[in-house]
Amino acid sequence: MFASKRLGKELSKLQQNLPPGITLVEAENFSEWTMDIRVVDENPLYAGEIYRLKFSFSTSYPIEPPEVVFTQDDAHPIPWHPHIYSNGIICLDLLDRQGWSPVHNVESICISLQSMLTSNTKKERPPGDEDFVRYNKQRPRDISFVFHDNQV
Amino acid sequence: MDSDDDFNSSQMSDEDIMGDQDSDVSVEDGLPPAQSMDQDDVGFESQDKDIMPSKHAFDVDFTVYSPQQIQAYQDKQIEDVSSILGQPPEATAILLRHLRWNKERLIDQYMEKTEDILESAGLGETAQTHPPRLEKVAGFVCDICCEDDANQDTFAMKCEHRFCVDCYKQYLSTKIKDEGEAARIRCPGDGCNRVVDSKSLDLLVGEDIKDRYQVLLTRTYVDDKENLRWCPAPNCIYALQCGVKDKDLLQIVPTVHCECGHDFCFGCSLNDHQPAPCALVKKWLKKCEDDSETANWISANTKECPKCNSTIEKNGGCNHMTCRKCRNEFCWMCMGVWSEHGTSWYNCNRFEEKSGTEARDAQAKSRQSLERYLHYYNRYANHEQSAKLDKDIYLKTEKKMTALQTTTGMSWIEVQFLDAASQALQQCRQTLKWTYAFAYYLARNNATEIFEDNQKDLEMAVENLSEMFEKPIDQLQGLKVEMLDKTAYCTKRRIILLDDTAENLKSGNWEFNVSLS
Repeated sequence: MFASKRLGKELSKLQQNLPPGITLVEAENFSEWTMDIRVVDENPLYAGEIYRLKFSFSTSYPIEPPEVVFTQDDAHPIPWHPHIYSNGIICLDLLDRQGWSPVHNVESICISLQSMLTSNTKKERPPGDEDFVRYNKQRPRDISFVFHDNQV
Repeated sequence: MDSDDDFNSSQMSDEDIMGDQDSDVSVEDGLPPAQSMDQDDVGFESQDKDIMPSKHAFDVDFTVYSPQQIQAYQDKQIEDVSSILGQPPEATAILLRHLRWNKERLIDQYMEKTEDILESAGLGETAQTHPPRLEKVAGFVCDICCEDDANQDTFAMKCEHRFCVDCYKQYLSTKIKDEGEAARIRCPGDGCNRVVDSKSLDLLVGEDIKDRYQVLLTRTYVDDKENLRWCPAPNCIYALQCGVKDKDLLQIVPTVHCECGHDFCFGCSLNDHQPAPCALVKKWLKKCEDDSETANWISANTKECPKCNSTIEKNGGCNHMTCRKCRNEFCWMCMGVWSEHGTSWYNCNRFEEKSGTEARDAQAKSRQSLERYLHYYNRYANHEQSAKLDKDIYLKTEKKMTALQTTTGMSWIEVQFLDAASQALQQCRQTLKWTYAFAYYLARNNATEIFEDNQKDLEMAVENLSEMFEKPIDQLQGLKVEMLDKTAYCTKRRIILLDDTAENLKSGNWEFNVSLS
């Protein structure tokens, strides 16, 4: 009830206007939404590509952060970034309990991710990506990331 | 559970020193002399007894506190510091927690750079005096729920990040109930580091959450202090204070005794493991976890190749063995080289031959270390098992004693000797168990002989007492005096053993065959 009221308001706002590079793909219910983002400037790493994001909301959203991952299909790759694992899991303090603030919303998360990509120059995966992708069975919200790098 | 183990009795003084990090409680002084059973001792050789100091070498000073006492003590500290700093108590609490209750450091830092410390503790500019309150603000839209009802109550701390009361409540209860956060709950505003103080919290949440908040704060307080530790017994509410520091743990085994009756080591929170120091206990438990079962099986079922020492299991077939690794051919029975077997193949009767003897010697050596370990492990495990059995027997006896009380007219107090005996047995077996782990790591020197004698004496005393528990119930009544004597003797032997080991540990007389650090 808490989450749906807020998500309802967010949705009506998203349907009215959105910042450049962000599109609402699907929001049929108040538990899972799909958004597309692309990088608006000329960063060659991401030029011409569109990335798909899956948002999952718990009933305590926005007190608790949503779970946000990149999803992959033929038209939507996983962007290269030293904080994005090749299975789409994102290591960003904003999405962690410690860094999350209930004031954030779907739009502000999309903007943060856009700018995270825009400022990146490295075509890299996080260290230990292969092992993480192979062995991780946890959901993103249960992983305790160590945010050691505040540069990118 | 037991009031009888006088040598562990705690000194319950309420004027406390628990907050004073600097008061270095020495492990030498403290406890009042234990009125032990020295006096009614059943006359055995005077070993050390006459020159023994009134306090035992293995005793450490400690105090037991209830959560209420801990909270009261926190409140008192907050009040004291609050008046010095001129900050309201709820802000002072945040400052104290920020500096892990180091008053002196807080006051120094506060005097030097007030702004900085307020900022890093999550308080922002100097606290204004008007108390936190709920407000209705015209034209307000809550950033969390997007509600814009002009009539809703809103709240903001001094950072002026304003949200509706419902959202603030929801936020706080999620933090406290689900995340177990208390000391550092920040303002819900993005990037705001302001910490929610207890006064604001009181205004916003219900009693159950307030209680939980206090419990969490007290927990943080105990966790923050090096000289405080929760009793690890299930459902126990007490915390204990002891001045023994981590660096002392190679010289002392700080066993403390909680109000709930649980004896544990202040250094590592494990059950009482005297006389073995924490570092050995850790090594031993690790070793047992890794080795014991496997080692047992290896010992029983395998031999090593006399040439390359590979471990071989013979799971069928004849005595003619060919090592898969080094292709050495040997006889499983005598371990001698197979080619020397001549014509007596498959029927080994050549035990005295040289090559066989040598091979067996080498094998014996490699087995020796395993056997040595198993020797100590079996005795360790045996005492653990026996302690359980003793307890079972006692529980059965207890039932019968209740019956006996009604038939023979013995009073409840008259059957308490069984309880005392059982407690003593448990405690002595616990000690004995750890003497074997201790002995496993002990390198032989002058002191070890006395230790082994003490161990033997205690073991005999314990087995004697344990045996009496197995006597039929109708005989127990007549054995009361003897049983009391034996109980006292066991306790006495335990004290002697622990005194000797603790004394030597303190003065560094033990040599270990492993490094403790």
